[in-house]
Amino acid sequence: MTEAVQREVGRARPRKEDAHLITGQTNWTDNISVNGLLHLAILRSPMAHARIDRVDVSAALERPGVIAAFSGRDVAESMGSLPCAWPVAEGTVVPDHPPIAVDEVRYAGDPVAVVVARDRYTAADALEAVEVDYTPLPTVLDIEGALAEDAPLVHSDKGTNRCYDYRTTDGDYAAAKARADVVVTRRYHQQRLIPSAMEPRAVVVTPLAASGEFTLYSATQIPHVLRVLLAVTTGIPENKIRVVAPDVGGGFGSKLQVYGEEVITLVLAKRLGRPLKWTESRSEANLATHHGRSQVQDIEVAARRDGTVLGLKVSLLADMGAYLMLLSPGIPVLGASMYPAIYKMGAYEFSCTGVFTNRTPIDAYRGAGRPEATFAIERIMDDLAAELGMDPIELRRHNWIRHEEFPYTTIAGLTYDSGNYEAATDKALALFDYDKLRAEQADRIEHQDTVRLGIGVSTYTEMCGLAPSRWLGEMRYAAGGWEAASIRMLPTGKVEVITGTSPHGQGHVTSWSQIAADVLGVPFDDVEVMHGDTMLATQGMDTYGSRSLVVGGVAVHEAARKVVDKARKVAAHLLEANEADLDFADGAFCVKGSPEARKTIQEVAFATFASHDLPDGMEPSINAEHVLDPDTFSFPHGTHLCAAEVDTETGAVRIRSYVCVDDVGKVVNPLIVEGQLHGGIAQGIAQALYEEAVYDEEGNLVTGTLADYLVPAAPDLPEFVTDRTETPATSNPLGVKGVGEAGTIASTPAVVNAVVDALRPFGVRDVRMPCTPERVWQALRTGKEASA
Amino acid sequence: MTHISLKVDGTTYEDDVEPRLLLIHYLRDRLGLTGTPIGCDTSNCGSCTVDLDGESVKSCSLLAVQADGGEVTTVQGLAHDGEWSELQKAFHVRHALQCGYCTPGMIMAARDLLREHPHPTPDEVRHGLEGNLCRCTGYQNIVRAVLDAAEQEVTT
Ligand code: FES
Ligand code: FES
Repeated sequence: MTEAVQREVGRARPRKEDAHLITGQTNWTDNISVNGLLHLAILRSPMAHARIDRVDVSAALERPGVIAAFSGRDVAESMGSLPCAWPVAEGTVVPDHPPIAVDEVRYAGDPVAVVVARDRYTAADALEAVEVDYTPLPTVLDIEGALAEDAPLVHSDKGTNRCYDYRTTDGDYAAAKARADVVVTRRYHQQRLIPSAMEPRAVVVTPLAASGEFTLYSATQIPHVLRVLLAVTTGIPENKIRVVAPDVGGGFGSKLQVYGEEVITLVLAKRLGRPLKWTESRSEANLATHHGRSQVQDIEVAARRDGTVLGLKVSLLADMGAYLMLLSPGIPVLGASMYPAIYKMGAYEFSCTGVFTNRTPIDAYRGAGRPEATFAIERIMDDLAAELGMDPIELRRHNWIRHEEFPYTTIAGLTYDSGNYEAATDKALALFDYDKLRAEQADRIEHQDTVRLGIGVSTYTEMCGLAPSRWLGEMRYAAGGWEAASIRMLPTGKVEVITGTSPHGQGHVTSWSQIAADVLGVPFDDVEVMHGDTMLATQGMDTYGSRSLVVGGVAVHEAARKVVDKARKVAAHLLEANEADLDFADGAFCVKGSPEARKTIQEVAFATFASHDLPDGMEPSINAEHVLDPDTFSFPHGTHLCAAEVDTETGAVRIRSYVCVDDVGKVVNPLIVEGQLHGGIAQGIAQALYEEAVYDEEGNLVTGTLADYLVPAAPDLPEFVTDRTETPATSNPLGVKGVGEAGTIASTPAVVNAVVDALRPFGVRDVRMPCTPERVWQALRTGKEASA
Repeated sequence: MTHISLKVDGTTYEDDVEPRLLLIHYLRDRLGLTGTPIGCDTSNCGSCTVDLDGESVKSCSLLAVQADGGEVTTVQGLAHDGEWSELQKAFHVRHALQCGYCTPGMIMAARDLLREHPHPTPDEVRHGLEGNLCRCTGYQNIVRAVLDAAEQEVTT
């Protein structure tokens, strides 16, 4: 007998996908080269809002090496408007969004012309020869200003800058407020962020002129969705378009998009009959890859003196930027369900107004709506605690759903299947040494220390597994959220897993191998996972919103179970036994009680390949496919604690320690889970302390490069202490919950809460993000004035 | 056009290049050595870091002609006989990469760092990698990997 195979799920496997990344054998889109490849460069508007009076590409065309040049008008006919799939409220205003501007530019960075040349230097140089006459138009840059009576219009044909109004309520908030002892009202600002994946976007299109087929390689998170929407936008039939997402260097939502450049490259490759490549520069990435966040959040919480939260009211203004991208209107509304977070309350009122401005479009950025929601609720819980003179952790304990109360349906209508906030919080507090740090804080206050200590807490939950297609339909999202997986057992017993998810750093190849290896009882190394090519993975909904494991990984699990079911039938036939009499363990079927009567799954695979002797009527294969559309979301949660030292003389913030305990349900690969958390926390801290897309009054992006937009480097971030509790999800057979966005969602409020906590003795109630030394110093000054 | 001669990952190349051609584009577009990626246009991200004559340099901030006569090592030249370098192994074991885009540059910068500080502290590693941005890992595992590799160098 062989020894029991070590279960793969739960094992800290270093990743299969590392080998090629570590040795530079990579397949980034920009690495792709084919004979006859031409390069495309894009001229972008230097103005935030202007009428285009004339575009003249003739001088560019005369440059040696330039093959073609086009204005928006030249190509308008062959490209439809870029799609928005989520008109979230009735009457959502969806403006026309041409891939290249035709009459008007609406943000600095809006494409106005393209040049195609023999090489990228020639193409870039020739942009200088394109002449464009603009008549500047008045701009609207500020979210609140956009709704003023006399505000200039971003889309004059729409007659308003209001994109939509969305409302949802449950319970009677006014009554809750009337009964309350304390009402805390705050306005928080979610600054505009630039997602900054390290790989800039890139597109390569290779046409096959004879058959009218195209292969489009793109640094995208969504090859499947992109394929459908390219067909819709260009009129090229879907079955003539193959989309490949090769190695993709990070996305964080910014590559969850149908971008103008993808449409332009496809259409021009068709027009010219030549392979074409476009590669974004970092400056273009900052200008024209969608941005994230950018909201003004008004939030009010009503509570009793003992800390019981009675109700919550949220009202948002959400910046859409100049155009709607794929999901823009839906992002803030995705957060609507998450404001009540882990707390029980009797009333909830939510409203959101989407607003157009003359800035880069906004869409999903890591967490997409949920970090914004979590920030507001976790910030105001701290403020409420301060108001009541309660410890912020005690306030949370008083209000959260207790572990014996799951499943629990929140006031926002979501049913959380499982969770244990007590366990995660207790563990985090112990690791953090909470009481000791509180004592040090008091000590520093007593000694009037110029460097103060602040402690920030965030007890978050997340809504993962963006899927239930029915729910998405109710939310007016155009597509479903299912995910596909198929498994092929090859004649030699090796296994191919094909997934519809499209990873860009998340380690799906390794995790999906672990899942399949366990169900099939085959070695981890015998499993290959393939993805990111619509010709291979013919169905999928791709990767975003922490959905991959909960939907895609579970689909792999289910497909593997189907393979085993079918293999069992074949094994029973071969062993001349009843199916019910077979045990399946360690990759082999045995007749109960007679262990020598045994067929391995590999033997079964070969038998089905040969198919000399199969049960009557059985198809000769043990491949299986599963398309999973879960009924519900999953809800990981955790407690993040941050201790920050704030220098009251310089305004400098230093994170002294960062501890988190997350509960992401069953863990498939602890190494990957920890890595995802680290990266997420780093992005959340970046929002809290460093990053902001800044525009000047004319609407120019001031933070147009990595020299001005401060993506934190290694010395800017602390060590993170991470740990876990494990409360399996009950809504899927693997018990998994998802982890990709947890760190980002949790960390931003934890850090800002720490900063504000340090400054409370000075009368400071808020510091606007990012909490730069200047902002901290400013808050101290106004705080001191206020309390003077 | 200017004539250059350059040894890259053990092979010598002779080429005529435009004087303005950046070293990174020479490596990627002319030699097809696409293991080193480009992440920015302001020399801030470090993803293009390679080794030139024993110093790590950002190959986007250097012209190909400036490297004339030199010896370049890229991430593609690190493994010998299929055996990864200690840094490559450590990055793998420590899960110090996710999307992997910054990884070639990180590894090349870390290599330089270890040459100068064979026994760095975690803080020294963080400061030594200041010029290399990673958006995925939060750096912690990268720091661990570099410390591990330093340890290996001592014991082996
Ligand atoms: S590409 Fe060279 S530093 Fe960014
Ligand atoms: S691993 Fe993605 S940028 Fe470093």
